[in-house]
Amino acid sequence: MKTFKPGFYRGPDAPCAGRLIALAVVSTATMTGTATAGEAPLNYFLHSHGPASRPTMYLGWVLAGLSVAVCLIIALLLITAMLRKRPAADSRVIGQESGGLRWIYIGTGISTCILAGLVVYSLMVLNNVANPPTAPAITLTVTGYDWWWKIEYDHPESAKRFITANEIHVPVGQPVLLKLKSADVIHAFWVPKLAGKTQLIPGLINQKWIQADEAGIYSGQCSQFCGVGHAHMGFEVVAESANDFQKWQEEQLRTVSPSPAGRINAGYKLFLDRCAGCHTIRGTDAAGEHGPDLTHLNSRRRLAGGLLANTPDDLMDWITRAQKHKPGSRMPSMVLSDDERSVLALFLSTLD
Amino acid sequence: MAIADITQRPINDDLDRVPDFGRAPSGSDIEANLTGIWETAPGWRGWLSTVDHKTIGLRYIVTAFLFLLIGGIEALIMRVQLAGPDLTLLTPEQYSQLFTMHGVTMIFLYALPILSGFSNYLWPLLLGSRDMAFPRLNALSYWIFLFAGIFMYVSFPLGQAPNAGWFNYVPFSGPIYNTGPNIDVFALGMVLLGISTTVGSVNFVVTLFRMRAPGMTINRVPILVWGTLTASVANLLAIPAISLAFFLLWLDRQFGTHFFDVANDGKPLLWQHLFWIFGHPWVYAIVLPAMGIVSDALPTFCRRPLVGYTAVALATMATMLIGFEVWIHHMFATGLPAVALSIFGAASMVISIPSAVAVFAWIATIWLGRPVFKTPFLFFAGFVILFVIGGMSGVMTAAVPLDWQLNDTYFIVAHLHYVLLGINVFPVVGGIYYWFPKFTGRMMSERIGKWSFWVMFTGFNVGFFPMHLAGLLGMPRRIYTYSSRMGWDGVNMITSVGSFLFALGVLIFLVNVVISLKRGALAGPNPWDAATLEWTTSSPPPAYNFAVIPTVASRHPLWEDRLEEDSGDNRARSNFTEGYLLTKGRETIGTSPIDAKPVAILKMPDDSYTPFFSGLFLSLLFAGLLLHWWSFTAGMAIAGGITLIIWMWPQKALVQRIAAGRGP
Repeated sequence: MKTFKPGFYRGPDAPCAGRLIALAVVSTATMTGTATAGEAPLNYFLHSHGPASRPTMYLGWVLAGLSVAVCLIIALLLITAMLRKRPAADSRVIGQESGGLRWIYIGTGISTCILAGLVVYSLMVLNNVANPPTAPAITLTVTGYDWWWKIEYDHPESAKRFITANEIHVPVGQPVLLKLKSADVIHAFWVPKLAGKTQLIPGLINQKWIQADEAGIYSGQCSQFCGVGHAHMGFEVVAESANDFQKWQEEQLRTVSPSPAGRINAGYKLFLDRCAGCHTIRGTDAAGEHGPDLTHLNSRRRLAGGLLANTPDDLMDWITRAQKHKPGSRMPSMVLSDDERSVLALFLSTLD
Repeated sequence: MAIADITQRPINDDLDRVPDFGRAPSGSDIEANLTGIWETAPGWRGWLSTVDHKTIGLRYIVTAFLFLLIGGIEALIMRVQLAGPDLTLLTPEQYSQLFTMHGVTMIFLYALPILSGFSNYLWPLLLGSRDMAFPRLNALSYWIFLFAGIFMYVSFPLGQAPNAGWFNYVPFSGPIYNTGPNIDVFALGMVLLGISTTVGSVNFVVTLFRMRAPGMTINRVPILVWGTLTASVANLLAIPAISLAFFLLWLDRQFGTHFFDVANDGKPLLWQHLFWIFGHPWVYAIVLPAMGIVSDALPTFCRRPLVGYTAVALATMATMLIGFEVWIHHMFATGLPAVALSIFGAASMVISIPSAVAVFAWIATIWLGRPVFKTPFLFFAGFVILFVIGGMSGVMTAAVPLDWQLNDTYFIVAHLHYVLLGINVFPVVGGIYYWFPKFTGRMMSERIGKWSFWVMFTGFNVGFFPMHLAGLLGMPRRIYTYSSRMGWDGVNMITSVGSFLFALGVLIFLVNVVISLKRGALAGPNPWDAATLEWTTSSPPPAYNFAVIPTVASRHPLWEDRLEEDSGDNRARSNFTEGYLLTKGRETIGTSPIDAKPVAILKMPDDSYTPFFSGLFLSLLFAGLLLHWWSFTAGMAIAGGITLIIWMWPQKALVQRIAAGRGP
């Protein structure tokens, strides 16, 4: 990051523990630096891109810098205390008990002042990020399931509401209000580069807001342990221009009309038979609600809660070996003949 | 001599007794007599029936350390799984069980019990008493701890161990999403363990206020005692919350109650409150006594008393007091209103002020003293820097908005390991090096000791520091694997290597223990030239601790003649050679709570099987509950009740006597 504090890299060349810490700090810098090169999609510490996360990032830098400084100072004091030269004395002699209190007064006094400042600063940041600068025009409901995300776009007109999964689209530069619910256990919604995390608690509706100031794809992840699939409960937020967002919404509103005959229809029949108990495809008879809405499956970048890229091969691999990819998931590993595979793949390829 | 107000009541003259006052030179008949009275019978009878606090303390330490090793092995297996991306050593379910049992083992079965072990062994020796206030309760506390530990592991070999994390959030741990016996084992085990902790805590509180040697006024007790006292009082207030929470969960799971059942208006958030109202005070309970170990033992190696005794003692209590006001900082992400979060965030920052007091007191003690670089000193000095690193990362997480990012990432894992390993394990290992001669009569090897410190210290930092970075790179906790595209490969590999290095350091320490037990140099009563009462006894101490009850005149009884005090000449001196003899059965002196003036002759119970059997029947009762063997459960309740009746049966020999007559 451009504004990364150069002071971070330096450190007094203290021996022993101090050097170790200095080393650790340098490695912090290098490793997070490496991550700058397009790695670590969740690296909020150096890359925060919205008003709900950027003040927190600066707070993080101040606190991290201060923490490193305090640790170095204490290490230095400790090492000096141990190694400083003393007049030779009989080891049987015991120092007097009184004295030294000035250390406590000064040390605790300085600590208290710094902490008081930090309390004020962190509360200011809290106030800053707790609420959006303007009232959000877009509201969507995110429901956590074991282990995927249902996304509902609200609209005053019911015809303009739609449901998707694991991929949230937002217009750049606008705050978006999220209502967070859970269908089963507690999850936590976290798009590190846009905002901190908030739990999805069954029986409650939590609210949070996000805003992306730059177009791009922001990875998100469930951060509250929710069972064996917890590691594979990712999602993405796609921030795009207002126009693109508009277009995307219109696309998502479109329903599917399966072609009446041919191999695509055979695939559709197979879908109704084997998949529709859990999955919805709007405009068709498939109206299951246990799994993700697949109406516009191919518009999404990733599959299975971010686990796989959304390619035709990965899709069929997921369908036939879901339990291997994501053990314990409600998606079974489907047993399909070669012909069934090909007609299903053909039908699914029409869901764009 | 003064008699406190509590004795100003009509009493039976038979209970008035003038205790003998005198000397008991080593090798005298008095010592032989005391040995006969206090020594535990040999063989399995004594093994099951002993109520000697030293034996119980060592059992606590050994058992807790075994649990540390088990938890450590679990951690190493997880570190192998996480060493690289997409590894498949463990299934997700195995990983869930491992990290849950790792947390449960370390936090509940190691961290507090090991400190209870130190305190059990040391308190009567530090306080100049012959035993804890309730020796049989002490034995009961240990047996239940042991049985509860075994209980929580019974389902592990079956692949049905607790699997919802040590925090065990509902509804994931509830009957719908967790159908096996996994969570029932955890819930019942925790209620059982809570009984052990509670009776242990009661024992510490009463012991402090009733069992100090004459003259050990409240401002002369060692800091370890303050630490354990504070932790014990906190436990008495905090344990009910967790026992209740787990009991309600068990009812939900087995009897269909709806405390946490969302479908019937139960509240999952209630669990989080109950858990953390307990959980946060608990984390202070498992560090304050360890900080006390350092405050007491570090001065020995600095050749001067601790700087700011009063400040450190008050800071200990202040930490605990504020520690009850910060539980919400585990719940910043639950959607509570910002005002509430502000208050708890601010309190969580303020709590580091008393810690600063202690840190500067330790540094000043080293600075103003003349440090002797023995192994225990290295562990204590290493502890100070780890404490500061863990404390600063704690301040970072106390900032609410930043915690919304850091929470549930590896940054927290790094923080809590710096705090718990840094503040608990390092002082504990240092403490073992320090008191090993007292425990066994032999010194531990310095050469191996220094190796063990440097390998542990290096391994610890190589292992856990990169976890901060993993957290800043967004790695969530409790994921059993990760993809290479997340950019966490490097930090995880370093962490895994470091964790094995740390484990090697622990192994070197264990080798040192084994070698030193057999071949260590003989220690003598006071090998470190330390200041406190435990070093006036032989190493290991006799069963009765003190042949005569010492009289204490300062915080540093063994340094009094050498302290460079301004008005040192006319000060009173502690007396270890002349005092109450108390040889008519198991006896020790009871003193007043603040001024430690002798008020009663406490008749102490003999060894007894009742604690073992009470603990056994109680644990079997819980096993019955787990297995739904209701008639077995009822049978165990009756057996336990009978054991308690035998335990409580009035014994004439245990009637307490008023100490009247001569005194110091």
